[in-house]
Order: sequence, then structure tokens, then C-alpha cells
Amino acid sequence: MAWQQPMDGSHASGSKVAAADGPGTQRTQYPYVTGTSVIALKYKDGVIMACDTGASYGSTLRYKSVERIKAVGKHSLIGASGEFSDFQEILRYLDELTLSDHMWDDGNSLGPKEVHSYLTRVMYNRRNKFDPLWNSLVLGGVKKGPKGEEKYLGMVNMIGTHFEENHIATGFGNHLAIPILRAEWCEDMTFEEAVKLVEKCLLVLLYRDRSSINKFQIAKITTEGATIYPPYSLKTHWGFAAFENPSKGAVGSW
Amino acid sequence: MDFFGDEEEYNTNVLAIIQRNHELVPGALCPAASATSSPSPRRRHRRRRSISMAGAMDLPAKGGFSFDLCRRNAMLAEKGLKMPGFRKTGTTIVGLVFQDGVVLGADTRATEGPIVADKNCEKIHYMAPNIYCCGAGTAADTEAVTDMVSSQLQLHRYATGRESRVVTALTLLKSHLFSYQGHVSAALVLGGVDVTGPHLHTVYPHGSTDTLPFATMGSGSLAAMSVFESKYKEGLTREEGIQLVSDAICAGIFNDLGSGSNVDVCVITKGKTEYLRNHQLPNPRTYVSSKGYSFTKGQTEVLSTKITQLEPKVEVAEGDAMEE
Repeated sequence: MAWQQPMDGSHASGSKVAAADGPGTQRTQYPYVTGTSVIALKYKDGVIMACDTGASYGSTLRYKSVERIKAVGKHSLIGASGEFSDFQEILRYLDELTLSDHMWDDGNSLGPKEVHSYLTRVMYNRRNKFDPLWNSLVLGGVKKGPKGEEKYLGMVNMIGTHFEENHIATGFGNHLAIPILRAEWCEDMTFEEAVKLVEKCLLVLLYRDRSSINKFQIAKITTEGATIYPPYSLKTHWGFAAFENPSKGAVGSW
Repeated sequence: MDFFGDEEEYNTNVLAIIQRNHELVPGALCPAASATSSPSPRRRHRRRRSISMAGAMDLPAKGGFSFDLCRRNAMLAEKGLKMPGFRKTGTTIVGLVFQDGVVLGADTRATEGPIVADKNCEKIHYMAPNIYCCGAGTAADTEAVTDMVSSQLQLHRYATGRESRVVTALTLLKSHLFSYQGHVSAALVLGGVDVTGPHLHTVYPHGSTDTLPFATMGSGSLAAMSVFESKYKEGLTREEGIQLVSDAICAGIFNDLGSGSNVDVCVITKGKTEYLRNHQLPNPRTYVSSKGYSFTKGQTEVLSTKITQLEPKVEVAEGDAMEE
């Protein structure tokens, strides 16, 4: 993805001292180690989130056992696609946030809505400084609110666009998984139904996204807390007649 | 008559001058039409005459893209001329093989950038009684190329006395597109049933092809492919096939901005083809005014009336008001 360079070099840096920037300095940003799509949806007991465990380095599948979904506090799950080092940095920010919140010792804990709002501010401010965190983040969780247990699912991306929805997909999932989710999601699915729907989407992504691998992780968050299941693989089907012999109708063609 | 004047006239004039000065390098300056030239006039494809110099050798007609005008166009563009745009069919087209044959599907929206140029266009083109072709990409290119190959197939049927085969259409399409090096922007889903059975192919603008059990093309191809990948299996019945194709096109219509309006379906089986134009209309016009849209006098309620007399503001001293 080509990233337009800012016209002049005089932009305040993200974390370094501003005086270091002179004319011609560039905030060159390309993602290096990237994770592909994350899918999430609300179901009866909370929120379910899934992604594959691969991280690519350009067109090489460099890392195959990467955890791109993590728990945040007691009430939320965060999943990220995009630059993996930026995700690790975001996890550090969230650690600081949850720690200082815990030290208030006031019996309150950060819920998913609050964490989503915090991340939105971080992402948008970084983009305004032309030093973005190159991620699409998915934030899901359940927390007791004025109307009882409230499920929350939202997304923020690298330019600060954020919204809340019943089902989210990032990256290629936007094109391949969202059509399925829009057609087949319904309110109050059971855990089994939700896993089936998520697996359907993951399978399509496995077939049609070149940077996905056949090793997935599903995580769920409910009132009992976050559970991240161990990775597993899906069965693929390649036995179509046309795949086995494409030139059956005309020998010598393809 | 195209934007820059009559090309044929231009070419003949230029060539007449060059011929007189014997500056012509041996070789056809203007390559003639592509390999199997059909006598029927082709829409939007100007026939270029092959040149034989007085007394020099007569070279055979060459096909392919002629780069003659590229330098001139580049020079004009540099001088600030904006080339006219072309109408694209941001599209969802699909095809699948079911137990008795092939089902093709397409949406019906044709776009010109952000505007919908045609709300209900036809993207499933006739090639032969047993072969149909969906087209995505530039509307003119898909129309012209499918028309051209359809004529060639008809001539071939007259010559051989047999039903056309899908691989024939495929080969004609791919060799034409390849010789134009991707400049003919036509991405096609070709399907049909012939003596050798049902066939489904995709053809890309540069001339490569695939043989597939299910295929999608166009801007909505990912949305449609997600439906196919999750629901397709071999040996579908006719109803299941039509339903799956409609579902895939609807996924394209509702999730892709370049696709919209209605669903066209074409079912091809051995000996029978059914073209179901507007099989589904999932985007009806929901509000229609009950009183109609012609506003006759007396329909609007008059609340109050105020009449102001216009008084002359300018005093003309002498002479005509309109003088000077």
C-alpha cells in the first residue's frame, strides 16, 4: 500500500522530540509483518472473535503461531490485523491503562466501550501526526450496564474510523466475510451456531485470501470472562471434477 | 464519427502523401482486422485498409493492437487534451455447473464512475443457442467482443453443420483478447452445454482462461464468491442452482457499490436454454405518489395573495430608452 509522504518535513513526531525533524524528514510507514483478517460477532452470551495465527513478512508466511487476539482487563477482547509490532505497542498502552485504572482501587473496571473509546483517540491522534499505528482493531466485550449485561462490539482502523456493529470483519474479511455475516447473522445465536458461522467465514477466507493459513484461533468473552481456545485447523474440499481434469472437454486446452 | 474526426479519412490522406514520397517502410502500415475477418460490419471497430505500394510486395493482413496513434495521443494529452472516458460495468457476474448443465447470473447496473448510467442493462450476452456469456469491464468491449465471436460461431456453424462447442467460443475469445494485450477490457464468464457436456470458463482481459465448477467476476466477485465457497457442492438440482446463483448475485448487489438493481439468470441444459431476464427484482421503487406526478392548476392550495404594481424606476431625459 503506497503511503503518501507529507509535503514538508515539519510534523511533530509520534514519540520522539520534535526538534529532531528537519526539512525532508519523512514519516515513511509501510507495514512489514502483517496479520490478515479478524472476524467477530455478537451472540447470546457475549462476543465471539476469531482469526488465523499467521503473520506475513511481505509475501512470505513468516510466523505461523502468532496470537492476534488478547484479553483486555476483565471485560474485553481485542483482535488486530495489520502491522504486528504496532499491535504489541497497543497492548503495552492498554496494559498501562488497565494498571493505572486498577490502582484507583475504586471497584470500577474498564469496560469494552471505554477501551474502544481510548483506542479511537490513540489511533486518530497518531494519524493526525502522520505517524499511524498500522492496524485495524476489533474490540469486543460484555459488561454490566444500566440495562443489564450489555454486549459491545466495535472496530477502529488506522485512520481513526470507528463504529459499533453486530458483526465485524477487517482486511479481506470486509469483502469475503461481511456478505455472509450480513445474510446469516441473527440476534441471540447459541455458541455452537456462532462458531459454525465463524468457521464458514474463516473457510472462505482460507480459500480466497492468499495470506491466510489453515490454523485458527477462536476466542469468546462472556460475563464469566475471556476464553481463548487453542488453535485448530479446518477441513478443506478440493475434489471438484473440474479441478481434477479441467481440459476434459477439449484435450490440450486448460 | 469519433471524437477526433474520421479516422479512416485521416489515414487515407496521410498514406496517400507517404505513398507519393515512397517513404513507406515495407510492411502493412495499418494492419487489417484480426485473423478471421467476418464480412459483417463490426460495431465500434473501424476496418483499416492494408496498404500495397505500387509495384511492391503484398503482405498478408496482420492482427493485434496497432500502436500507430499512441505517440499522437500522448502528445495531445501532454498539451492538455482530456480523453473521453468509457462506461464500465462495475458488476457481479457468476456461473456454476449443476447436474444437468450450467447456470449463469448477472446484476443489471452499468456505472459511469459514481453515476448509474443504466439501471437495467443486459449483461448476459448471446453467443450461440447453447452458449451464453456474461461480461464485466468496459461495456463497449464486452458487447463488441461477444457480438464478434457470436458472428464467427454462426459462420462456423454454417461451415461445419454442427452445434457450436464452448471451447470454440473460448478459443476465439482468448486469442482475440490476447492479441490486444489487455487493452480490450473484457472479463467474461462463458458457459454452455454442447455434445461433450456442460462447460464453464472465465476469460480475463489479457487472454488467460480458467475452467471451473463455479466462477465469479467483476467488482462484486468477492461477495459472490463468498456465497459460492460456502454453499456450492457438486450435483446441484436446477432449483438449487438458480437459488444459489440468485443468492450470489444478491450478495454482490447489496454488498458492492458497483453492482445493483436486478438479477438476471440464464439456465442452459442439453437442448434447452432459458433466459430469465429480471428473475429477481430485489430493489423495487417503494414510494410512488398516489396522486401522480403531473401538477394541474388548482392542486396547490393558495394561502394568501399579494399583488405589487411595478413602477418605472428610470426617468429617461431625452431620446429612446434603448439608445446606445
